[in-house]
Amino acid sequence: MKNTRREFLKLAAVSALGVGAGRLGFLGDAPAHAGALPTVANFEEGLKAKHWGMAIFSAKMTPELIEKCRTACHSEHNVPDIPGNKNIKWFWGASYEESFPTEHGHYLSEDVEHRQFPLLCNQCETPMCVKVCPTQATFQRPDGIVMMDFHRCIGCRYCMAGCPFGARSFNFQDPRPFIKHFNPQFPTRMRGVVEKCNFCAERLAVGKLPSCVEAAGGAIAFGDLADENSDVRKALREHFAIRRKPDAGTSPSVYYIL
Amino acid sequence: MLEKALKGSPRYWGTLIGLGLVVLLGLGFWVYQLTFGMKITGLNRDVSWGFYIAQFTYLVGVAASAVMLVLPYYFHHYKEFSKMIILGEFLAIAAVIMCLGFIVVDIGQPQRMMNVLLNASPNSVLFWDMIVLNGYLFLNIVVGWVSLQSFKNDMTPPAWCKTLAIVSVIWAFSIHTVTAFLYAGLPGRHYFLTAIMAARFLASAFCSGPAILLLLILFLRQLTGFDPGKKAINRLAVIITYAMCVNIFFFLLEVFTSFYSNMPGHIAPFKYLFTGIDGHDMMVPFMWTAVVLGLGCLVFLIPTAVRQKTPALVIGLIMLVIASWIDKGLGLLIGGFTPNPFETVTVYSPTVPEIMISLMVFALGGIVLTVLWKIAVEVRVEVEGGNLSMVPPPAVEAE
Ligand code: SF4
Ligand code: SF4
Repeated sequence: MKNTRREFLKLAAVSALGVGAGRLGFLGDAPAHAGALPTVANFEEGLKAKHWGMAIFSAKMTPELIEKCRTACHSEHNVPDIPGNKNIKWFWGASYEESFPTEHGHYLSEDVEHRQFPLLCNQCETPMCVKVCPTQATFQRPDGIVMMDFHRCIGCRYCMAGCPFGARSFNFQDPRPFIKHFNPQFPTRMRGVVEKCNFCAERLAVGKLPSCVEAAGGAIAFGDLADENSDVRKALREHFAIRRKPDAGTSPSVYYIL
Repeated sequence: MLEKALKGSPRYWGTLIGLGLVVLLGLGFWVYQLTFGMKITGLNRDVSWGFYIAQFTYLVGVAASAVMLVLPYYFHHYKEFSKMIILGEFLAIAAVIMCLGFIVVDIGQPQRMMNVLLNASPNSVLFWDMIVLNGYLFLNIVVGWVSLQSFKNDMTPPAWCKTLAIVSVIWAFSIHTVTAFLYAGLPGRHYFLTAIMAARFLASAFCSGPAILLLLILFLRQLTGFDPGKKAINRLAVIITYAMCVNIFFFLLEVFTSFYSNMPGHIAPFKYLFTGIDGHDMMVPFMWTAVVLGLGCLVFLIPTAVRQKTPALVIGLIMLVIASWIDKGLGLLIGGFTPNPFETVTVYSPTVPEIMISLMVFALGGIVLTVLWKIAVEVRVEVEGGNLSMVPPPAVEAE
């Protein structure tokens, strides 16, 4: 059942892209901004994995680089820029204490103390957000990615209570007026639904790495956690890494190399 | 019997019109929320549940309160409660309707609500909560209506009705247990993550629910002379007192576990609620009011001689209701979401529209309750004779 649903979503994505771009073609320069539309051939090159994961070389993530990745992610996914605490965040930077609230001693190395850590949805192996969602609007794909169906979400926000990482945002208002650079290749959301990072599932499907990974220029290793020859496993083999709140039991797929 | 709701004194209609106006006013704010989205609430990215869900939680407790009458009546044949039972069941109906109302106003896409059934997800406690709440509503409507009808026709209620009443007793425990599980199963929300959560919910439900019921009944007695009987009132007051003691005891268990273990995550919500963190101390006055009233009400409720005097009983019950409301209708949710997952404080306080929309739901419940209680009282008048609205209220408690 999961597979047919995935196939369907893929198909729906392709047709939505076609329609969206076609309609916008005579509205202005949006398609130009978006670049070429993916074709069937692109989808044949889609990246596959048993379980996608990420290892972040946190020492390399300067605030500037985090900002660059954030912008790449947010403009790719039409994430609105809403001021205040009703904001939407897919990718953002935070201090060590905020990122690892259960892990800090009194005396931190100066460099870690001042470091910014990029935060995003951990694409947990046993995600609480999926477990609590009453509509299966949040679901997990066989390759581990925790996805959202924005059209099914009823906006109950149970998933936000369930996620121990504050990875989810709710559209308290219509997000569209707050989108600076509209990307016609990715859906915008409506008010009243929850959203979060999707590990760039739409890019993996056409053989591209996630936007943040691309923007980080080597500071984020990405790949199949089940494949010992993958970039991410290589990075984890060679460096000591920690995960956020492992005691919450969700088993994050995002690792932080200190 | 419905026709009894259509004839009434100016006072009855006045009450309904007054409540109706509150509903209309709140409706305006709800339309405002539906138009602009939930940005009009004080909720935010970190405190994503607030006043609405807290009222929902509190009212689930009120709904479960009928069981404190039904259980002694059916399980222990405590007949003194016979006059009150129907009122308890009708209060439960009104409370569940308010619960559902608070869910509707809380969700971002209410028109998609049926998705919960269409895509039924047994993994989600919310799915089960919906089942048990609607089931409880159904049980109370059927049991309440059928037994009132039988009473009116001077017949014993059919046997299946008694069976359903017994089912509803067990069911009442489920609505509160399942609602507690909504919270208790969430990792990373330290204030919620406690095995005793369901027990605490039941204890606070079994004191606050019957307390509200008893206050309303005493009020009804003032208004109409409907007297459920002195023995019944005293017995219910005793039940409330015990439940409140257990409720406070359970809370202290939480305090002990958090502070003796000294685990930072478990202490932090208590700190936020009772002392404030980093100068964010908005909740502090509320929580200490709850402490003072919660302990204070016991002074009025525990000594039998004091409890049996109506004015003292009323004061004690009001204190109890306020204390338990602050604890569950405010502190529980805010404490659960503060500090946030980053162990920092994001302040939440409900906005005026949020409160007005809540008033709308409360007023809606008030209308349902007024109509149902009117029917119940009229039926009793018809059966037992006499026009209750003319019967003078019983002269000050003859001891
Ligand atoms: S980080 Fe939160 S939102 Fe992301 S998969 Fe884990 S529980 Fe779900
Ligand atoms: S807000 Fe949407 S995604 Fe989150 S639990 Fe509710 S229905 Fe599921």
